[in-house]
Amino acid sequence: MGLLTLSSPHTHGPNSTSKVMANVVLATLPGLAVMTWFFGWGSLINVLFASLVALASEAAVLLIRKRPVSFFLKDNSALVTGVLLGLALPPFAPFWVTLVATAFAVVFSKQMYGGIGNNPFNPAMVGYALVLVSFPVQMTTAWALSTQMSGSSILGFGDTLQVIFAGHSTLADAYSGATPLDAYKHLIGKNTADTVLAEATFNGWLNGGWEWVNMAFLAGGLYLLARRIITWQIPLAMLLSLSLCSLIFGWDEDMYTPLSLHLLSGATMLGAFFIATDPVSASTTPTGKLIYGAGTGILLYVIRTWGSYPDAVAFSVLLMNFAAPFIDAYTQPRSYGHQKARRGLPEKN
Amino acid sequence: MSAALWTIVIAVGVLAVLAILFGALLGFAAVRFKVEGNPVVDQINNLLPQTQCGQCGYPGCKPYAEAIAGGDKINKCPPGGESTIQALADLLGVEPEPLDAEHGAEKDVPTVAFIREEECIGCTKCIQACPVDAILGAAKQMHTVIADECTGCDLCVEPCPVDCIDMIPLSKDTTTWYWQAPTSGVELIATDRRPLTGDAA
Amino acid sequence: MTNMIRLHTFHGGIHPAENKHQSTIRPLGRAPLPAQLILPLDQHIGAPARPLVAAGDHVLKGQMIADADGFVSAPLHAPTSGTVTAIETRPVPHASGLEEPCIVIEPDGRDEWLEHQGLAAQLGVDDLRDIEPRQLTAHIRNCGITGMGGAGFPTAVKLSTGQQQIDTLILNGAECEPYITADDMLMRERAGDVVRGAQILLHIVGARRCLIGVEDNKPEAIAALNQALVNLNEQHHIDVVTIPTKYPSGGEKQLIRILTGEEVPSGGIPASLGIVCQNVGTAAAVCRAVDHGEPLISRITTLTGDALQQPQNLEVLIGTPVSHLLQLAGYQPQKKERVIMGGPMMGFALPQLELPVIKTSNCLLAPTDQELPPNDIAMACIRCGMCAEACPAELLPQQLYWFSKSQEFDKAEQHNIFDCIECGACSYVCPSHIPLVQYYRFAKGAIREERAAQAKAERARLRFEERQARKEREEAEKEARRKARAEAAEKAQQEKKAAAAADAATPAAGSPPDSEALEKLQKKLDAAQTAKTRTQEKLAAARADDSLTDKVPALEAALVKTQDKIKELAQEIAAAKKAAKAAPSAEAAAGASDKGDPNSPERLKRKWETALARLETAQKRLEQAKADGSDTVTALQDGIAKQQLRVDEARSAYDAAINGTAPASTTVSAEEIEALQKKILAQQDRVRKMQERYDMARAEGLDTVDALAGGVKKQQDKLQQLQQELAAAQNPLATTDNEAS
Ligand code: SF4
Ligand code: SF4
Ligand code: SF4
Ligand code: SF4
Repeated sequence: MGLLTLSSPHTHGPNSTSKVMANVVLATLPGLAVMTWFFGWGSLINVLFASLVALASEAAVLLIRKRPVSFFLKDNSALVTGVLLGLALPPFAPFWVTLVATAFAVVFSKQMYGGIGNNPFNPAMVGYALVLVSFPVQMTTAWALSTQMSGSSILGFGDTLQVIFAGHSTLADAYSGATPLDAYKHLIGKNTADTVLAEATFNGWLNGGWEWVNMAFLAGGLYLLARRIITWQIPLAMLLSLSLCSLIFGWDEDMYTPLSLHLLSGATMLGAFFIATDPVSASTTPTGKLIYGAGTGILLYVIRTWGSYPDAVAFSVLLMNFAAPFIDAYTQPRSYGHQKARRGLPEKN
Repeated sequence: MSAALWTIVIAVGVLAVLAILFGALLGFAAVRFKVEGNPVVDQINNLLPQTQCGQCGYPGCKPYAEAIAGGDKINKCPPGGESTIQALADLLGVEPEPLDAEHGAEKDVPTVAFIREEECIGCTKCIQACPVDAILGAAKQMHTVIADECTGCDLCVEPCPVDCIDMIPLSKDTTTWYWQAPTSGVELIATDRRPLTGDAA
Repeated sequence: MTNMIRLHTFHGGIHPAENKHQSTIRPLGRAPLPAQLILPLDQHIGAPARPLVAAGDHVLKGQMIADADGFVSAPLHAPTSGTVTAIETRPVPHASGLEEPCIVIEPDGRDEWLEHQGLAAQLGVDDLRDIEPRQLTAHIRNCGITGMGGAGFPTAVKLSTGQQQIDTLILNGAECEPYITADDMLMRERAGDVVRGAQILLHIVGARRCLIGVEDNKPEAIAALNQALVNLNEQHHIDVVTIPTKYPSGGEKQLIRILTGEEVPSGGIPASLGIVCQNVGTAAAVCRAVDHGEPLISRITTLTGDALQQPQNLEVLIGTPVSHLLQLAGYQPQKKERVIMGGPMMGFALPQLELPVIKTSNCLLAPTDQELPPNDIAMACIRCGMCAEACPAELLPQQLYWFSKSQEFDKAEQHNIFDCIECGACSYVCPSHIPLVQYYRFAKGAIREERAAQAKAERARLRFEERQARKEREEAEKEARRKARAEAAEKAQQEKKAAAAADAATPAAGSPPDSEALEKLQKKLDAAQTAKTRTQEKLAAARADDSLTDKVPALEAALVKTQDKIKELAQEIAAAKKAAKAAPSAEAAAGASDKGDPNSPERLKRKWETALARLETAQKRLEQAKADGSDTVTALQDGIAKQQLRVDEARSAYDAAINGTAPASTTVSAEEIEALQKKILAQQDRVRKMQERYDMARAEGLDTVDALAGGVKKQQDKLQQLQQELAAAQNPLATTDNEAS
């Protein structure tokens, strides 16, 4: 009679991958809004542009790989990659930096590994790391100064477009500068904390608007937590270990970047809630997530403090991506009815 | 000059000492962790299907296992088929080769011998042929196959003077049936899906 | 009564839409008799039942029609009175859609009970407590009761806890699966039976207390149970525990965790914790069996889903076809027809509707497409971990998925795939809509199959090695015996020599060859003759076949040699015979040469005659067998047919020899002859081997001698037959060949 026979379960929850991804994008919106408020149109333009590039390159690769394009575009994962990159890149980064980063992220770090779910590394961060090492100048100088620090209003929308797409970078000169993390790191040691803050870049503001950006991302992260799209382990472990490192090694504000700057400046919250939690490349066991988060936090502190890069979310996440499968193998949870967890790799006979 | 000489001497000396040390360590380990016997033969034998059919050209699986350990090809066992070759290749760290057709083809479905009992004349020939003593019976008595023990090696079919032994396919029943892995969805469209055997290792 | 039980919780779990109200609107009904009842012999875990009836038998309601076969097995009873129409394989309700043996009963409509009464009445005791638990368990087993909630484990086996002290009896009334309300209905309408069953079970396992776990979405059932407890009017230790609604709290392991906080060890059973868990339906069935003597012949089944116009619960006879029930509930076939036996989470879709309800069928769910849309196309796993959050067994479903998919079964096992209860919670929450459970089922099945194959291979290896060892032993023994004989012979020889030396004086220089030596010579001669014939045949064949002409000279030479040898041998024999003063040498030689030619008409005639004689005896035997009504008749008939064939062959061979013409096979090709020759060679080999074996067996007094003697005979016959065939085939060829040359 040919009835439909499928394996159970025959019913399904309302969740879907595209909804998950859409929620992630949604949760970034407050952060994006605050960034636009303090740093101008650059980030918004970047986000839109990067999303377009991400979708286009995904579609192109899918076409070449003879996969159903709309089916995979629907999952919104390329969109997430684009949005995260747009948020992470400097607001005044020239368009080709964004283009290279995004296309590389989608094509090489995601589709080359077999598409969604198969990439061992966080695609957005691979793209980011590529442009960071390839175009260090653009990546360190194209940051916008917050309205708080510069004390002026933001650069107009048209001018921002010109800066990004037409290369009229001089237009943005008055509005751009090093990030607080960068500036503090380079000025401290030679100066005391007070004198550093008196410098022009800080204009008396420690975080200069970045704290609001981070708060907004934190809010978005809490939304994701509430929707059970991410779990608490990675963000919490990451922020805790970062704080702990900062308290142990960097208690002296006159020598090291203070804790508040670590937590509330740069891409800390974006990294903790949106990037390190990327499920595909992160650890998946509960304990593993704790270790993974803690590792990311420690690496973040180490590179920020002793490395040559002012911010290091990309590198620390990528480094931990390497370790994730190993961490997973040794942190399997104890299952129901077992005294102990079975860990490690199965023994060969 | 002499300082440079000294540096070189020291470097060489240190290396030499290290080499001796590691050599001693390895030597010790080789003695201390020596594995008795020739377990590789047993390991190989464990991978062979133990059908004992002799299609490989050896009188049973164990002799073939010994031959493999001695350097024979790993693709001579039709009952084991590709999966056994793959397992052997994994074990021995060699390239898997396709089954040598000279020794026969892999059966699609496992079979067991079945004696049409009314025709059996009780000649005991099949009993003598069966490598695993899976046939029960005495002279001039009707014989029967213990289906659970029969490896499906076909060896009893030929000697039967009245041709009363059939090899019947072993079909699945509700206790041995199981779901196959899903094939719908992305897999159907995937062009780059890995073959189930092959480069999986 | 309401002493508070501290509830625990289990990891994960989900809250799918319950959809239970549809089927509880209507009261519990009873399905009318169908036209046919199909009773699979295997409705439970363990060995299938063994039929006790035959087609054509009339059975009464409640009569045992198949008995348990082994310890883990359960008998089967006729659900109504009627006639057994067949015992045959029919499709059974199983995800595979395979066929299994079933007993088919055509009801006679009278629904006539076999006489039955409660166990207490049977045993003549007043109180349940006076009955030994052992007797109760045996009775439950005889009534064919198996777990009514899940897999259908024979209840009696579960109750046979042996030495293990049982502290708690848990009755599972959680019924956490969406849509299903069979237990709910049972508890509402037959709470008394459930409570009574609980008392019986308590007595059997000797537990201190009984907890009936019911999810809080069934307030009516909880109220009814509590009322039944009040109605008991006596001291009891039964508690109805309300547990929060969460799927899969009705899983045995999960329910135990909720109620006691303990975990059933992986691979273990609850009894090791002092817990026995039974379904409420099973308890009610136990009550019916013990108090009323009614075996398990019906159950409550939920009929639900939007494709049914009247969703409801029905008391259904085991064996009732699904189609019959669906019709009763107003089934509207859908475009993508789908009927699920069991619930939406763990049930299986039926491949067709002509399948019976069995002891474990708690629900028939006929959903519409909008109601339970078939799963979307699966996307890739994004490792979101939602499955792990939902898994009540605290596994890592996504890892299991990757391993199952890539067939890395050892890793899957390492990740405890066998602790998966296939609840489907992971698939339910998976945002990528991956049919995870199917992957696990596949992996588990494949692992089990692999294990079985490995176990079998291991057994085969052992058996093979044992056989090998035995053969070696036998060989060694034989060798030892041979040696002993040889020694004895040598000794005898020496003694003889000594004796001969002693007799040296007596003038018997060339002591006459004894008959043994003569025989040996004769044999040699025979062999030479055969060789000659063979060479001749070959020669003929070679001559006939152009491609073989280059072999002709060699063969001719060989022939000459053989002939020389024969001559020599004949002379020797003659000499020997002369010496022995036996028959005249010429005669002997002539006789020998005559004997050596298998194609001589006399021999053929003799053969024909023997064949005829054998045929006659066989026929006589057949008649006897027929008269005795012995069951060897067919075999004998076969034998006779064969003999007849042989007679015919012998006859035609004879005719051919006499007339010098071959019968039908004048056109036998050279290839065929060659094939025949090959066969003959092989056959000769076989005869020799057989003979050797026979000699050996005789020498050692083995009991296979008779069989082997038969074997030798048969092989020789076969050889002769072949030779005749060959001769018949060859004669005409040979003649034409001669003419041509
Ligand atoms: S071919 Fe037959 S005897 Fe040889 S290894 Fe394979 S199963 Fe064993
Ligand atoms: S019964 Fe026949 S097929 Fe089976 S193992 Fe023995 S010889 Fe082989
Ligand atoms: S819920 Fe599905 S997508 Fe998420 S980790 Fe599990 S299997 Fe993968
Ligand atoms: S089906 Fe198995 S793996 Fe999935 S949630 Fe249930 S127990 Fe866990």
